[in-house]
Amino acid sequence: MSASLSEEKRGVKEKSESIDAAEAAWKDDYAKQIGSNDRVIKNMSGIVVDPLYTPDNIKDTNAYIESSGFPGQFPYTRGIYSTMHRGRTWTQRQLVGLGTPQDYNTRVRTMLELGANAISLLPCNSGFRGVDCDTVPLPLLGTCGTVVNNVDHMDTCLNQVPIDQISAAMNDPSPFTLFAFMLNVAKRRGISWDKITGTSNQSDYISHFVANHMFYRLSLPGSRRVLVDHIEFCRERVPNWNPMSVVGQHIQQTGATLAETVGFTLSSAIQHAEDCLARGMDPDEILPRFTFFFDVSINFFEEVAKFRAARRIWAHITRERLGAKDPKSWRLKFHAQTSGVDLTAQQPLNNIARTAIQAMAGIFGGLQSMHTDAYDEPFTTPTAKTAKIAVATQNILREEAHLCDVIDPLGGSYYIERLTDQMEQEALAVIAKIDAAGGMYKAVEIGLVQTMCGESSMANQEQIESGEKRVVGVNCYQDEEEEKIEIATTRPDPVLMQKHIDEFKEFKKNRSQQAVDKALDNLTRAANSDNENVFASVVDATGDGVTHGEIIACLRKELGFGQPLIIA
Amino acid sequence: MSQNISDMNGAPARALITKIGFDGHDRGSRIVAAYLRDAGMEVIYTPPWQEIDAVVQLALQEDVDLIGISSLATDHLIVPELMSKLRDAGLVDIEVFIGGIIPDQERPMLVDAGLGGIFGPGSSRDEIVECAQRLAAISREKKLQAMEVAS
Repeated sequence: MSASLSEEKRGVKEKSESIDAAEAAWKDDYAKQIGSNDRVIKNMSGIVVDPLYTPDNIKDTNAYIESSGFPGQFPYTRGIYSTMHRGRTWTQRQLVGLGTPQDYNTRVRTMLELGANAISLLPCNSGFRGVDCDTVPLPLLGTCGTVVNNVDHMDTCLNQVPIDQISAAMNDPSPFTLFAFMLNVAKRRGISWDKITGTSNQSDYISHFVANHMFYRLSLPGSRRVLVDHIEFCRERVPNWNPMSVVGQHIQQTGATLAETVGFTLSSAIQHAEDCLARGMDPDEILPRFTFFFDVSINFFEEVAKFRAARRIWAHITRERLGAKDPKSWRLKFHAQTSGVDLTAQQPLNNIARTAIQAMAGIFGGLQSMHTDAYDEPFTTPTAKTAKIAVATQNILREEAHLCDVIDPLGGSYYIERLTDQMEQEALAVIAKIDAAGGMYKAVEIGLVQTMCGESSMANQEQIESGEKRVVGVNCYQDEEEEKIEIATTRPDPVLMQKHIDEFKEFKKNRSQQAVDKALDNLTRAANSDNENVFASVVDATGDGVTHGEIIACLRKELGFGQPLIIA
Repeated sequence: MSQNISDMNGAPARALITKIGFDGHDRGSRIVAAYLRDAGMEVIYTPPWQEIDAVVQLALQEDVDLIGISSLATDHLIVPELMSKLRDAGLVDIEVFIGGIIPDQERPMLVDAGLGGIFGPGSSRDEIVECAQRLAAISREKKLQAMEVAS
């Protein structure tokens, strides 16, 4: 009796020592990381705000350490870095894509002057589809993205943009021609590739196959092969680039629930990682370069819990399932975009409020990078004016609202902690379902994921129709006398776009056909060989003047044309 | 004009739900396809990125009464071309409606091109189904008249 009592006491003591040790380690790390940036922060009432609040009341159990831990410590529920937003806030990365490369350059330089500290390039839908501008009806060009078909176009896009100093996101799935163009621009400017930072955004072909369908370029097996080649190439040649961006955004936008989104996204990440491991890569060589791209909706607490749960699950998966030993591999880094689906065409100025709430959920969720939607998103590609408000929203949240003073400020809330656990359980059940189907690749091949998304999307629509889910201005608080606000629609100047096409045709006439033929031969050979890297050939070919459309046409011939499985 | 969407032989109305142009967002088209199916129509659904000529061919082969176009990312700008190609192919009895993101300034262009309905975000199931049924009835009426003229 007395022996067991003392054992119990010893157990308690050990546990409390371990939390003290962890806390001391965090304090040490925090002090080191934050250095001279630390400052005393007081709230309006003059109370000093600590950088972190911890559950002193559960110091006698290991539960806190196991399920939450400290920021920058496994399982990263409270954030992947010890300082989080108190040390460095998020990257303000606004998605920009419109018109000609000249239009893009003008817009992106304005955004950088306004405080954005990273760039993002979205290609024209014709580019997503895999064709060059000289084969496309003029009205469709540049309305939703920039028309970038060769290295010269990219050079213009990035004119006076210091690509060795800012991080760039290239929104361009397999075979990553935009990034290939950018590497050639770097070469022209004498910038070494290890200075190039950023992300092959949306490189997750599975997400396009399931939800966005915009990849629609190569067959499923072809895309799988090119992605692994791309990761391998970057690992060797562009070591500070993130070649893998696992996308949860499309799946959530297409209708998956938040918990399903976590399950599907992490299942995709497992698939991509296992494909790389099967190629003989080491988990700790590739996983630190995995990034995630999530949607952030207006379901405020659920979103915060979603991100906390996702981090915790990924930490366990990378360490226990994928065998990673480097803590950098365990950290789920993510970019978030505020959800366009939540925005309404009715009373559109209300969307500014919605976006601010979504952005707050993302910040409290511990994001590393963010895009905020403009309020005119339900109508058009943002104009310069509305895009400025979207950037200002981020600036207000960062500068005025004191959201970054405390790390994981909702951590420890009974509700948030419980919800985090529940979201984790739900997501793990989805992952188990995908595993039972043979993994994410198999699950999307047979349509399992598409069916689940479709059902959730329909259920959500029915909730809105029945009024169970209330949307201000849509099914409640409608304003019959709503004054129409002027929404400006920006369409590219057709004269300038025609000039862009003419110059492109001229470029094709004047380039060395011999070099182009040779590069396409090399690409064909690489695609048909197991030992060559297809992406390396894409980079070489673009340097030889081969265009986006030509590369995709060649690879479609060799690797198969993509046919997403669509379940209506 | 009848709310009953069958013709004189009692066959249900046939609707083609599709997307033209380059955008791949198909959440809306899938939902509308399900609405019409639930309302008793026969729905021919296609994935996105249909060529205009292919849509005209499909409409002809499937003998549809109406075509629903979903457009999120400016593909509505080439809908007038679809309308003129339908006319060129002699498919004057087919009614066309569109749903998605259509800026106000660009609506008149679509009305002028002869579209029977334009639906923005937040449109209800009832509005959409009612319009589709009305258009299907108009289409059937036109077909009937054409048959009478021919006989």
